[in-house]
Amino acid sequence: MKHELRLSGTGGQGLITAGIILAEAALLDGKLAIQSQSYGPEARGGSSKAEVIISDETIHFGKVTCPDTLLVMSQEAANKYTNDLGPNSIVITDSLFVQNVPGFTGKIYALPITHSAKEELGKSLFANIIALGAIVKLTGVVSDASIIEAVLAKVPKGTEEANKKALEIGMSLIK
Amino acid sequence: MTMEKLVEKYFRPGRLPHIWCPGCGNGIVTGAIVKAIDKLELAKDDVAVISGIGCSSRASGYLDFNTANTLHGRAIPIASGVKMGDPRLNVIVVTGDGDSTAIGGNHIIHAARRNIDLTVVIFNNNIYGMTGGQYSPLTPIHSKATTAPYTTIEPAFNIPELVKAAGATFVARATTFHAQILADVIAQGIAHKGFSVIEAVSACPISFGRQNKMGGPADMMKWQRDHGVPLAAWDKMTDEQKEGKFPIGVLHHDTSKQEYTDAYDGIIKTAQGGK
Amino acid sequence: MSKILLLQGNQAVVEGAIAAGVKFFGGYPITPSTEIAEQLAERLPEVGGKFMQMEDEIAGIGAIVGAALTGKKVMTATSGPGFSLKQEFIGMACSSEIPMVIVDVQRVGPSTGQPTSPSQGEIMQARWGTHGDHWLIALTPASVPECFDLTLRAYALSEKYRVPVILLMDEVIGHMREKIELPDTYADIPQAERKQPTVPPEKFLPYSVDESLVPAMPAFGSGYRWHVTGLVHDETGFPKGTPEATLAAQNRLRAKIENNVDDIVQVENYKMEDAEFAVIAFGGAARTAYESVDMARKEGLKVGLVRPITIWPFAEKQVKELAEKVNGILVHELNCGQYVLEVERVVAGKVPVHLYGKYDNEAATPQELLDEIKKAMANK
Repeated sequence: MKHELRLSGTGGQGLITAGIILAEAALLDGKLAIQSQSYGPEARGGSSKAEVIISDETIHFGKVTCPDTLLVMSQEAANKYTNDLGPNSIVITDSLFVQNVPGFTGKIYALPITHSAKEELGKSLFANIIALGAIVKLTGVVSDASIIEAVLAKVPKGTEEANKKALEIGMSLIK
Repeated sequence: MTMEKLVEKYFRPGRLPHIWCPGCGNGIVTGAIVKAIDKLELAKDDVAVISGIGCSSRASGYLDFNTANTLHGRAIPIASGVKMGDPRLNVIVVTGDGDSTAIGGNHIIHAARRNIDLTVVIFNNNIYGMTGGQYSPLTPIHSKATTAPYTTIEPAFNIPELVKAAGATFVARATTFHAQILADVIAQGIAHKGFSVIEAVSACPISFGRQNKMGGPADMMKWQRDHGVPLAAWDKMTDEQKEGKFPIGVLHHDTSKQEYTDAYDGIIKTAQGGK
Repeated sequence: MSKILLLQGNQAVVEGAIAAGVKFFGGYPITPSTEIAEQLAERLPEVGGKFMQMEDEIAGIGAIVGAALTGKKVMTATSGPGFSLKQEFIGMACSSEIPMVIVDVQRVGPSTGQPTSPSQGEIMQARWGTHGDHWLIALTPASVPECFDLTLRAYALSEKYRVPVILLMDEVIGHMREKIELPDTYADIPQAERKQPTVPPEKFLPYSVDESLVPAMPAFGSGYRWHVTGLVHDETGFPKGTPEATLAAQNRLRAKIENNVDDIVQVENYKMEDAEFAVIAFGGAARTAYESVDMARKEGLKVGLVRPITIWPFAEKQVKELAEKVNGILVHELNCGQYVLEVERVVAGKVPVHLYGKYDNEAATPQELLDEIKKAMANK
């Protein structure tokens, strides 16, 4: 099974970190993964995307050509990174930033990702981990145990509990 | 030691005669470098001489040390790598005015800023000699050069002030007329742990002197005698008396700054201690 | 014991450098190679090595020339514009025979181009970037594990032949993260040795050679005092500009590489056993090509991939043999057509050689390449 994911939004939202965590979780599951990214000259602001391909078999081409799962965390990303969606693609949007996904008629999960980060954890910077929780719950692309391990290995010391909570919040957004 | 003995001891057999023109000051500066090395009793194996490209840079090939005649302007980065690779070595850079302050100008100010332990001897003959007399950043304004047939309109650098401002911790100047002072300040520069620059004012009768009607080699040496003023005398002169002249001797010596390879050893300790 | 990691190609180069015994890096930050400098700044002092961020690209390679003269294994890393600036020193390293590895993570050019987008526009520059006739080696990894392996190999070749080796990466491979298994310790990794003199210092001639044509290179400070120059020189190491000396110097520099192409040139064949049509692709472009070949096979097309791992010297023998075997070749590269010129030269009309050059800032998708393969097969 091969699963292609694209995490898109604005530079500074932590999407590249989220992509790396997801790929590392896949390796913990004993699968193969490739993570790549594309960005402009800006360190902050500007559109940004991270792509992850997870598979049981050798992955040659490292870029996503038809996302099975797409996370969209800004309207600009919704306009820019969605033209290769297929009818079976699943789209998760951050309802705080994304009004619509132009041209897409499939399933959209509009979730209060950044809103929950601010309300429940006091900081919007947990949004990327909340999004990961939602993606994992929705797709099962990596195991719960591996995503927790991968998140905890990546985040700064002292923030482990908050990040664990963020994952749980994300998972709870998928009913 | 006589110059003859110094040549025997420090010059490579079979590499002389040199390529320099009659009356050129480069031989005197090269002689001052070996005098300085001899005075400090450095083992030949422990000395590296790195040069760029130009008349003066040919000196490295004549000297019996670890030597490299490299690329135009790039002696200082290479010397920096030699020093980082083996900090035991006394690394001397032999360079010209064009080599070090035009094409290599960026390198000299950054090496000065780092205070890496190199001794840079700039053979300043005020001209590009090897290519036949084009103006350099050290050609005095209103001089003639083959690329300035109507005279130069660019002011010259003041090397000691330039490198001092950039962070060099030992700065000196002498002329080939003041050969003993030159050898002394080079020795002090080598002994100094930090970035040292010695401006060696040297005559190029063929490519600079002739175009600027400075007379023969002897006249150019007299010019050095009359214009280079030892520091003790210089300090007593009025601004009016200083006009057109320049001080010689040790112009700046600061032992308070940490040397770069020493500082890097601290980085290694931190990196290894943190594990 | 080993560990499984998710690393970027650039990070795998760093680990390869540490494993190879690199002790000095001089460089200047430039996208998309910057991670190599950043991580070596952290890793080198941990192993007693040194990192210097120099004032410009030229000083970066200059400093490694100096450190190499003291016996160290050295690296610099750069991209596009920086690679252009380093060319004069690459020539000196060829002439003076100074071992070093130059990593070039290619980006879109010319000029500033597209700093964060992939390209393979420096294939010809890697070969002919510096002035004058010269011979060197360039290797191109196509995966993260291969970045590690080829970095080790780059040092093995560079030391063995006393020649600069260019690790010619591209942004696809430099920035991609994938699985790599690394040993817990590099202590058991064989270290490339630099040939040392067998005669005492007073008898040592720095550029005199045995049948290997590669001279010994003692370190500055070792007691062997020798002279390095980029001027044409004879076996004494001192300048000698006679026609005979010039000819002898050039012929030896060429022969030490050309006599050893079987040792230096590596090519991977993928599904080539029964292939009737071959794609030639390398580096990031090969990642597309593997998948396109798989797709073609699913449709019953007998297509295979030939992937040069050594870009320079050119895989002349392998391409000649390929022209005997298949009835058409498509070269896919991320530029307007550079490697294809060499393929055409060697194939010499024996079979049609097609080009699919992609130069729009993005790697080709497997479907795009498959379409080109089919087109090429149709009008062979």
